[in-house]
Amino acid sequence: MSARQRVAIRVRVDPIACDAYSYCAELLPERVTLDEWGYPIVDGTPVPAELVELATRAATDCPRRAVLLERVVVGR
Amino acid sequence: MTCTTMELTERLLSRPSGAVARSDLAGHVAIHGALSLPKRDDRSWSDGVLRAVAESGLLGRGGAGFPSAIKWDAARRGARRPLLVVNAMEGEPASAKDRVLLSYSPHLVLDGADVAAAVIGASEVVICVADDSGPTAASVDAAIAERTRAGRSRRRFSVARPPGRYVSGEESALIAWLNTRQALPTLRIDKSVALTVGRRPTLVHNAETLSHVALIARHGAAWFRQAGTFEAPGTTLVTVTGAVRSPGVVEIALGTPVADILVRAGADAQLSGVLMGGYGGAWLDPAHLATPYAPGPLADVGATQGVGIIVALPTSSCGIAETARIARYMAGESAGQCGPCVFGLPAIADDLELLWAGRADADLLPRIHHRADTVEGRGACRHPDGVVRLVRSAMALFADDVRAHAAGRPCPGHAAPSVMPFPATPAIRGSGS
Repeated sequence: MSARQRVAIRVRVDPIACDAYSYCAELLPERVTLDEWGYPIVDGTPVPAELVELATRAATDCPRRAVLLERVVVGR
Repeated sequence: MTCTTMELTERLLSRPSGAVARSDLAGHVAIHGALSLPKRDDRSWSDGVLRAVAESGLLGRGGAGFPSAIKWDAARRGARRPLLVVNAMEGEPASAKDRVLLSYSPHLVLDGADVAAAVIGASEVVICVADDSGPTAASVDAAIAERTRAGRSRRRFSVARPPGRYVSGEESALIAWLNTRQALPTLRIDKSVALTVGRRPTLVHNAETLSHVALIARHGAAWFRQAGTFEAPGTTLVTVTGAVRSPGVVEIALGTPVADILVRAGADAQLSGVLMGGYGGAWLDPAHLATPYAPGPLADVGATQGVGIIVALPTSSCGIAETARIARYMAGESAGQCGPCVFGLPAIADDLELLWAGRADADLLPRIHHRADTVEGRGACRHPDGVVRLVRSAMALFADDVRAHAAGRPCPGHAAPSVMPFPATPAIRGSGS
């Protein structure tokens, strides 16, 4: 990893585990919206620093533990 | 057979003239010659075979078209002895190639499995045949017994019988079944992580792929490349059905124009569409029948080789009706795990049935496209993605009919019976009727 890169997180959903509780969409509407059946549609672009805490809550608060936070390396 | 070019492409299906029966071990050796395998792990032999398979350019014939040699290289680098799984599930209802291969030439597949197992250091091979394909499994069982009697193999071969459902043959579902007896796809976050059965890294190969390996091990990469194109070398098995006089499995050189394959099967001169790849494939416009049958050229016209399925749709049929039936069938074949698949596929099938019945509301066409976009890429496996691809291709190819149906005037062929080979023909409901 070069000096111009940093680690960020992005949101993913395990569609098998997900049962459409939709807490993730409430906590992080900037990255998660819901389809017509209530299942999350995830924007997988890196989460900006100010939203990392909410993304973490989305992951820990999910009753099905279906929200996954993935580390990605992004250019500065 | 009198056609010379045709004989050149009969490799997997070659047999003495007039013979139509299953090849036992002696018959198999008479056709293809004996296969010599090293008595014990032999690095230079393995390297040689791996190089030959790499140079042959063999692409997997199970749908993904992945280069076989790369899979082997990864498998034999692991610390534990791997397991080799032969995928002969053939869950696509329109496909018969792996069943034909294992019913008539089981030893070709077992030879290929023996070679692959020797290269990667696997001591055990499991051949997966769907539990509703009894005669195929019996042929494989008999072949394993013949080889054991002949003292041919130092590896353990066995047949496993996962349920004969559409998704059971999906690689992760097959592995899950071997581990837990539940044939359900799993989420693979990092596809480079090896699948495991127990603690053994597991290599899964399609049955046809291994039969090509058996011949590459005998004749080499240059021989293999005498048929096919540079990017897609060799021959391949294709199951041709629909509006054809001689439905069945044919072996063709990759790169053969789709039209030639259809002519060989005795297809109608005029077709309204050609289903390519399978029920998760795509409709090919008859204007593109000159397209070479190979992954690249087919992708260029929005089609796919898939698992080698070609279904000719007669002009008397309705592409919307057939697509609606396929969507309904595929919705029923969902593993039932992921919301977008569980709810999205039946919703898309509902929309298509309304369209078929000429009962479209004003929002129906944009809704179909929106739902296709919504469902795509949101399952743990690619099952919903296949349906989306097929539906989009139908909306494009049958655009004139779509307009007529949407305007409440179903096309003349809308009531024609299905030409698709379903296990049981799904009823078209035209929701609300």
